[in-house]
Amino acid sequence: MRVELLWWEGCPSYPEAIAEVRALLGEEGLDPDALEPREVETDEQAARERFPGSPTIRIDGEDVVPPTDGAPHSLTCRVYRLRDGRYSATPDPEDVRAAIRRAKENA
Amino acid sequence: MTPAVGQKATDFTLPDTDGREHSLPEGQPAVVVFTCNHCPYALAWHDRILEAARDYGDVRFFLINPNDAERYPGDSFEAMRERVERDGGWPLPYLHDESQEVARDYGARTTPHVFVLDAEGTVRYAGAPDADHRDPAQNAAWLREALDTVLAGEEPARPETEPVGCSVKWR
Repeated sequence: MRVELLWWEGCPSYPEAIAEVRALLGEEGLDPDALEPREVETDEQAARERFPGSPTIRIDGEDVVPPTDGAPHSLTCRVYRLRDGRYSATPDPEDVRAAIRRAKENA
Repeated sequence: MTPAVGQKATDFTLPDTDGREHSLPEGQPAVVVFTCNHCPYALAWHDRILEAARDYGDVRFFLINPNDAERYPGDSFEAMRERVERDGGWPLPYLHDESQEVARDYGARTTPHVFVLDAEGTVRYAGAPDADHRDPAQNAAWLREALDTVLAGEEPARPETEPVGCSVKWR
């Protein structure tokens, strides 16, 4: 299983997101250090990586919270909704956990 | 020049989403919040700031969007107008700082970045609305704390906090 976290320094949520994903990997019996954080630094790289904003978490290439169709690829902060509807700068941990479990089942 | 806490804030004249121009009031405390449409931190704190505006009727509140709309179209003047209309209006004006001069004058670093001014226009608090954008129960506590002390004619015990949010999108 490949777990990537793409981040941009203009959005301060990435340390929290990295810590949350590592904790979830550990809770799901996986190696927390398997997470691959990768910085996105330019608009060109954002386009190339199909980067909808920071942080973006992908497991085996699939976004844990798929962005809406037509979402622009740029250096920006990503807006997430928690399961209770609140806005958040990071995804709901339970959405990340569900994506990890799906990937484990498909492995 | 960036007004430090304890220094006089620069006045401004900026248009709201209806095209009306707004400036700092004379002889009345004010809250200036740099914010925007596209940032999750700004969105998470938005309702708490509006609630404070409703609760502090003797204080003038201003939201100011300083972001470069060319690179971030979601922060364009048209997008600001649509957002306010979609919400059925806000209890405070949403101003467009197209030149980014006001944001530079205030030294705005993030969206949101809160400034509390006393009745003489002196900055008495600068920073975040409260300690956690994810926790609505925080209820903009640092902003309210600063307002309570300013309205009582006292110095805020916590005049500055670290602003938290998306970086201001300069041209």
